Amino acid sequence: MQIKRVVKTLIAAIGVAVTFGAAQAADITGAGATFPYPIYAKWAEAYKKATGNGLNYQSIGSGGGVKQIKAKTVDFGASDAPLKAEELDAEGLVQFPAIIGGVVPVVNLEGIAPGKLKMTGDVLAAIYMGKITKWNAPEIAAINPGVKLPAEDITVVHRSDGSGTTFLWTDYLAKVSPEFKTAVGSATAVKWPVGVGGKGNEGVASSVKQIRNSIGYVEYAYVKKNKMTHTLLKNADGQFAEPDDENFKSAAAGADWSKAPGMYLVLTNQPGKASWPITGASFIIMHKSQADAAKGKEVLKFFDWAFKNGGAMATELDYVAMPAPVVKLIDDGWKAKIKDASGKAIW
Amino acid sequence: MTTQMSSVNMTAPTAIPPAATSMSQKVDQIDPVKMATVMRRQRWQDFFFHKLTFTFAALVLVVLVGIIISLFLRAIPAMKEFGLPFIWTIEWDPVNDKFGGMIAIVGTLVTSIIALLIAFPVSFGIALFLTEICPNWLKRPLGTAIELLAGVPSIIYGMWGLFVFAPLFSQYVQPALAATLGKLPVIGVLFSGPMIGMGILAAGVILAIMIIPFISSVMRDVFEVVPPVLKESAYGLGCTKWEVVRKIVLPYTKIGVVGGVMLGLGRALGETMAITFVIGNSHHLSWSLFAAGNSIASTLANEFAEAETPLHTSSLFLLGLILFVITFIVLSAAKLMLLGLSRKEGAK
Repeated sequence: MQIKRVVKTLIAAIGVAVTFGAAQAADITGAGATFPYPIYAKWAEAYKKATGNGLNYQSIGSGGGVKQIKAKTVDFGASDAPLKAEELDAEGLVQFPAIIGGVVPVVNLEGIAPGKLKMTGDVLAAIYMGKITKWNAPEIAAINPGVKLPAEDITVVHRSDGSGTTFLWTDYLAKVSPEFKTAVGSATAVKWPVGVGGKGNEGVASSVKQIRNSIGYVEYAYVKKNKMTHTLLKNADGQFAEPDDENFKSAAAGADWSKAPGMYLVLTNQPGKASWPITGASFIIMHKSQADAAKGKEVLKFFDWAFKNGGAMATELDYVAMPAPVVKLIDDGWKAKIKDASGKAIW
Repeated sequence: MTTQMSSVNMTAPTAIPPAATSMSQKVDQIDPVKMATVMRRQRWQDFFFHKLTFTFAALVLVVLVGIIISLFLRAIPAMKEFGLPFIWTIEWDPVNDKFGGMIAIVGTLVTSIIALLIAFPVSFGIALFLTEICPNWLKRPLGTAIELLAGVPSIIYGMWGLFVFAPLFSQYVQPALAATLGKLPVIGVLFSGPMIGMGILAAGVILAIMIIPFISSVMRDVFEVVPPVLKESAYGLGCTKWEVVRKIVLPYTKIGVVGGVMLGLGRALGETMAITFVIGNSHHLSWSLFAAGNSIASTLANEFAEAETPLHTSSLFLLGLILFVITFIVLSAAKLMLLGLSRKEGAK
């Protein structure tokens, strides 16, 4: 009886010690956009091998990421839709771009190979407003001479959850089509006039692959991973651009981050001969005043490591790493803005 | 203590006085103080056990009431903003903060009704086969196999529905329906529109497959308690199997059957993951069953984590409250019906 009791207390004590010990491992948590999830996951794996510290990232959508960082349940939030400077100040947050990628329209049409179909912003806006309903509509046929288009209904696929990818897509369409701007608007979740919803980039990708004669929009890494049929898109210079990391880089090249208040910059419809029109940066959002300075420093260490060593991995997945001058700007921002509870800079 | 013991001895039969005397001798040797300690400890154990189990039961009630209250409190901003018209407003605009519950409510109700319409005859057939027609050696394995369907996690149904069922549905079933029922004058509009495999009808069919084991097992239990003497008398009078079922078994068990159906309906109303994958997640109302739609559970699953404005979150809570109320009504009705059945059996 006595021995049983001793054994029980011992087991309880070990249990407590183990959980306490586990909490000491420097694991940082983040949540948010599905757009950069492939590259964050790759970086986290390499970072863990290099330093032993892990990153736990939940891709729940940009809206979810913003909500969670405001509620302080995670160490950092990730969002493709940057927060405006007023909102940042109101909530005591700071944001910086971590990676640049592109949103690409994908289709499921028989006999059309990837990169064969050409699209323009007007046509896409009309399709997503339900104005163009058949694939062999004159507007689509006009930009695709010689391509055999079926006389079938277009099934539009969009995101069903709050998404930064949607923000970039609708931002671009609102820029090129004033009608789209008033009818639908641009946000992470909009009132879609037509179409079927998929959950996450993954959901849209699988829906487009399943449904014949459908069109959707996904982040470029998902196009490559799932071997989907992407289209060309006419950019601001009037050229039909291919989505790939060189063209994302070209779109990001003209951006002037130093002039953007709160680093709020949306890279859609940028000039450049080969620029991809729907390029965007994905942002990391943190609190200005870090309650746990050590944790905050771990987050900054991870991103610093990623900026220095993650470039090759980013290019592999067709993302664009932040260019060096912007990294310098971000670093300065960390020094100036992120402080611990006593007001001292943590970086 | 000793006086109590002696009173027991007095009621003992006089035919065995030797035993009684030896017993009273033994009783006098037991220490009354020790007896008191033992009895006190037993009384305390009883009290403790009673209060502990009461606490567990009360805890469940408290959690239930807590859920209702928190749902209600969080839904108040949306109720203030939209009022009762929320239930029949066809609108879901997160950008302009305008929400209405009609699309989700209709989606939930329509998919559940479709599921019931398909599941009821099938479950009825299964229950009938297992109780009346099935040879004895097949009863257990077949019954177990059907109940295994209930054990499949609902997200597996969702995945199967999205990857296997939806393409087959769009290639074979939907064209067939459109070609036959789609051509009829009034109900033809139910089977019109693009055939993408996902949609209200697909969600309804998958829900039907999910609730068949529940309804059929309740029906089977209820069919089995029909007194054999009633059925045998009917057979003796020359009734066929079908006449026995229609005129003896069904009238006897109708309350239980309805109760089972409502239990299945309760499950169908709350089903989330299986429906989210196949219903299409589109905030539009359409007369066609082929169209994509939305249900309350799938709206919540999709939008809850990211709803940013307080009104959006509050509207989602309000939808959850409405679903809770609908499910509560259905399950209470089921419980009452089943209670009615057992009372009837007691009377018999």
